[in-house]
Amino acid sequence: MGLLSGLRKRLRFVYKLLLRKDKLKIGIYGPPNAGKTTLANRILRDWLGDIMGSPSEIPHETRRVKLREGVKIQVNGKSVTIDVVDTPGLATKIDFHDFLKYGMSEEEAKRRAKEATEGVIEAIKWLDDLDGILLVMDATEDPFTQVNVTIVGNIEARKLPLIIVANKIDLPTASPARIKSAFPQHQIVPVSALKGINIDSLYKAIAEKFG
Amino acid sequence: MNLISKERLSKMGSMEKIRMILDSVKEGKIVVLETGLTPEEEAKLIELTMLEIDHEKFMGIEVESYPYREKSVFSKIFGKKQGRLTVIGPANRLKTLEKQEDLIKTLIT
Repeated sequence: MGLLSGLRKRLRFVYKLLLRKDKLKIGIYGPPNAGKTTLANRILRDWLGDIMGSPSEIPHETRRVKLREGVKIQVNGKSVTIDVVDTPGLATKIDFHDFLKYGMSEEEAKRRAKEATEGVIEAIKWLDDLDGILLVMDATEDPFTQVNVTIVGNIEARKLPLIIVANKIDLPTASPARIKSAFPQHQIVPVSALKGINIDSLYKAIAEKFG
Repeated sequence: MNLISKERLSKMGSMEKIRMILDSVKEGKIVVLETGLTPEEEAKLIELTMLEIDHEKFMGIEVESYPYREKSVFSKIFGKKQGRLTVIGPANRLKTLEKQEDLIKTLIT
């Protein structure tokens, strides 16, 4: 198996070399409220001095895919230019009643729920157009959710390079080790996108993995 | 509750499986699949579920399955994932209590 795996790695290297793109589309995926937009904002602020959108405590704040092109990340002499694709949170259920507790009217909650369902479909469709994925997980939550399992399965099936971002490590109950034990086959980078903790390690991982 | 065998699933196409699951779940049934779905089928199931949420009676699904694993030599060479036991039900009837790599605890109401 070692021989086959080595051959596969070499073929992938040659393939990457021959079909090297000037810019790579990197999708930010994850369940609602994992911190995807906060991470997109952190990346954009650090490298472009701009932001992608407003994060919110209300689930499904991002209901359309947002794209920002030409983010050049440079770390230790390595550089990669990426298009950042911030996607709506993936879910298997969307109940408008969940939005009512945030003070929305029923009409507003139903509209948000409808837009959220469309956002999930759009996020899934984007998987076919990406060159790599940053999968954001809330390190204070149980990582063994169906959404995480399904996303990881789809990324593996498409053979896309993946970095799992264990977010919210500034919170006392965060456990990146739990994520590592759930998905041991993938690279995990613990960060706080909000506070910028360990964000340089993520940039280094992006430059190495996607560059 | 519908328990679907590996043999029956192997004779069904992807869309046939997904349609059967969604129709049963929308009737309030719990569906147990002996071999589960491929990652692509799971993504398609989520897509179709989103299309069918009506914000009145059907709010979505709850899916319970174990992480994928590559087991056979065939799957290691060709990267084919093998689905594992999967339980799917209406979001308002099936609730995850605890999930580990090889143990899932759920509550059916």
